[in-house]
Amino acid sequence: MNSKEITTQISKAADFLNLKKWDYGASFSNDYSVQVDKGEAKQLKASQKQILTIRVWNQSNLVGITTTSDISESGIKKALKQANIASDFGNKNETTEFSPLAKDPIKVKEVKKRNPVGIKKLLTLLRGAEVKLIESHKSIKSVPYNGLSESFFERVYANSEGAFRCYSKSQAALYLYARAEEKDKKPRSSGCVKLGYGADDIDIDSCIKEASNKTISHLNYSSIKTDKYLICFSPESFLTIINAFSSMFNARSILDGVSLSNKNSIGEKLSTEALNIYDDGLHEKNISSTPFDGEGTPTKRLCLINRGRIENFIHSESTARIFKTTPTGHAGLGSKVSVSPDWIVVEKSEANLDLKTSLDHSTYEGEFVYIEELNAIHAGVRASQGSFSLPFDGWLYKNGKKISIESATVAGDIKYLLKNIVNIESSQEVTTSGISPHIWVNELSITGDA
Amino acid sequence: MLSSQIKSNEIVFGSCNRDLLEEIIFYGIGLGADFLEIFIENTDNSSVLAEEDFITSVSPSFGRGAGIRIFKGKKDGFVSTNDLTKHGLMRSVSQAIEMLDIIDNKREVFKGLNKHRDYSLSKKKWINEVPSIHEISEKLLVSTKSLKKNNKIITRKGSYSRNLQEVIIASSDGTYVSDIRLHQTVGLNVIASDAQYRSSGSRRFGSSGMPNEFRLWDHEKAANDVFESSMNMLYADYVDAGQMPVVLANKFGGVIFHEACGHLLETTQIERGTTPFENKLNEKIAHESVTAIDEGISEGSFGSLSVDDEGMEPEKSVLIKDGILKKFISDRAGELRTGHKRTGSGRRQNYSFAAASRMRNTYIAKGEHSKEDLISSINEGLYCKSMGGGSVGATGQFNFAVEEGYLIKNGKLTSPVKGATLIGEAKEVMPKISMCGNDLELAPGFCGSISGSVNVTVGQPHIKVDSITVGGR
Repeated sequence: MNSKEITTQISKAADFLNLKKWDYGASFSNDYSVQVDKGEAKQLKASQKQILTIRVWNQSNLVGITTTSDISESGIKKALKQANIASDFGNKNETTEFSPLAKDPIKVKEVKKRNPVGIKKLLTLLRGAEVKLIESHKSIKSVPYNGLSESFFERVYANSEGAFRCYSKSQAALYLYARAEEKDKKPRSSGCVKLGYGADDIDIDSCIKEASNKTISHLNYSSIKTDKYLICFSPESFLTIINAFSSMFNARSILDGVSLSNKNSIGEKLSTEALNIYDDGLHEKNISSTPFDGEGTPTKRLCLINRGRIENFIHSESTARIFKTTPTGHAGLGSKVSVSPDWIVVEKSEANLDLKTSLDHSTYEGEFVYIEELNAIHAGVRASQGSFSLPFDGWLYKNGKKISIESATVAGDIKYLLKNIVNIESSQEVTTSGISPHIWVNELSITGDA
Repeated sequence: MLSSQIKSNEIVFGSCNRDLLEEIIFYGIGLGADFLEIFIENTDNSSVLAEEDFITSVSPSFGRGAGIRIFKGKKDGFVSTNDLTKHGLMRSVSQAIEMLDIIDNKREVFKGLNKHRDYSLSKKKWINEVPSIHEISEKLLVSTKSLKKNNKIITRKGSYSRNLQEVIIASSDGTYVSDIRLHQTVGLNVIASDAQYRSSGSRRFGSSGMPNEFRLWDHEKAANDVFESSMNMLYADYVDAGQMPVVLANKFGGVIFHEACGHLLETTQIERGTTPFENKLNEKIAHESVTAIDEGISEGSFGSLSVDDEGMEPEKSVLIKDGILKKFISDRAGELRTGHKRTGSGRRQNYSFAAASRMRNTYIAKGEHSKEDLISSINEGLYCKSMGGGSVGATGQFNFAVEEGYLIKNGKLTSPVKGATLIGEAKEVMPKISMCGNDLELAPGFCGSISGSVNVTVGQPHIKVDSITVGGR
């Protein structure tokens, strides 16, 4: 069934149940992926998936929902019936409506959709990448975690008032995670992920080079003394921290009492005036961009922090109504609508005179810890309390030398971290989760050796 | 044409599908597959969320799909689809054959499916025995009300989810199995706040195959436990980082063994060459006080199964006996690629994942000491009463968040501390588990790995680790 037929089927079945108001979100995908092990194909995967989520409003204007992978005529009827039953338990204290922007025109950019290259080519490309990565250094013995995939998907949103949005796109991903071993030393691992619109768009050689360089750079390692250090966050690690604490900008989290912010936090100073943070799901470098959210609201660029102060929160339809503003294009589609950021962009503002610009990760000769990648976010972040304690991969720079840190955690508080930013480097880097420059922070606790 | 209109040529749950399944397997084997497995599921799930004194979310879902896996030599092709018609399943087999580039003429023989092993017969009534949404909502609201014990509690949540999964598993070695699985979980969460201080508390409970379990759940006891935890931690200081002895509490304290050691005993890790224990069978890898078990047979436990996702009944596997490594956790691919016999541990989140060797109910066996023996043996250290999540890296380093911790001084529990993280490597920490308590208890959890998120149980008695790195401020 295509999206137009689904809309017709839902409309007919809703009429039968006397449901006047409904909306739905659907996604259809075809995914292909390969993994290799020392030159041999290990697992080759293909999947065809379809998911339909239907919301209905009953006569008391309470919302019920059901999700199904059965997009047949009988499946749709069953889903509507279940949603209708669930609506008896709809939230009376916080109503949900259609997004007022669900029919607004969307400025659709050129759709970068590629044709499948096929499993055999994916396999050939990944085999070649594995061989090159192992050959890049004598200590790299294997690439235990690897994969090349391509996905083709279509997303739809429609409602009973005639809103209808649909888009389709393609995306490919390559990850190479190498393992290096040297006699009498612990094995060391690192890797790289690259995204593209199709497998042919991925710069495989740069992924190999980056995975190799990162892995080799950790061969010469040492433990670090437990202490407070000047920290330089890589663009990737800083974005990880901002995403982990994005509940500070999330209206849903504020209403739920699990955010460090409150309704009156707009204008609150969080950081140096030099810091600007945007959420920009439509950024041209965002391979995963989507033109509308789960409620059909168009995606847009939104300033979250302007010159160190909170400028906006991200919203769904219902949170925007409560905050007396407009939805921002960050909603999911659920019984309780979730809100989440798309793609974070960190910039240096024009008000940057208080920064210590001598702190540059490529030239600074003093002692500092460079955090390349933060791990185990799900275990080490307490978003509602603002604290974190996270293992990381990185280096200690000392006396002009750089040495990989064997095993350590960095701990702190997000508000302290933001207030103690001492430099924002000029050049930004594109990562898989956003764009950021290197960010320097004074005095965070590192636990290594006792 | 709609799939629902092709009744005679599609998988129908509750009916005999032998002819269609055999036809598909014959087709794949005829095209040159060494082995072909079909995993088909039909799900009926629902979840309910209570916040403060209101139900804020009720989310039912249902679905169906099939995963088809073909082996040729040691490589495998896996195709998943929502299309359960003969045409859809045949197309998936063709796709898997094509992916594997099977061109040789060597043919395996498929002799048809064995006698149907139907584990679902006594379970078909479960769907009518589980609590209704109305009943669930009422009990959740009573539970969140029980959390409202003072004005420092600023958020209260109760959540319930129920997953009912009907499966059919058929493969070219004759396996033909049906089963119904029921998992229920319920959790309570609070956030407490006073001026600049904040803390949180949470507990989750879960069962498998026990439709009445939610009704029997002691919500008052759970609410008291969560409340006390959040109050104890509200004004806690951050822990000082360092190397120190720790006592890990029973129940969810077992997550340390699950993450630090259990994952490294899965054959998927041997396949990747990422476990330090690969060549250590029958060698000492842990302190002699440690015996560790992985099994899928404890009645009602969250990780228990009648049959795994590859059609094998789960066994009780003694992984470590008195510190000596005895066994790995293995699935079909693990047996094929590493030689370790299957243990009934082939598991997957749903039809869209190929099964992999995964833990079930995994725990350290009880010892002979009391909790007080362990604590009184420490001069200065940390008692980890409640553990948060954790993870293990590609080279075996692990980390765990401590949700509720207390300093130990002169053999006694003293002040609460927050922000602690336990850091280490399995092969260094396992020999340092020097004392095991006599109070083994299990706790439910979800484990995310190569074949998705699966229900598991972790567990242990109180244990003492002689020295471990504690991350803090």
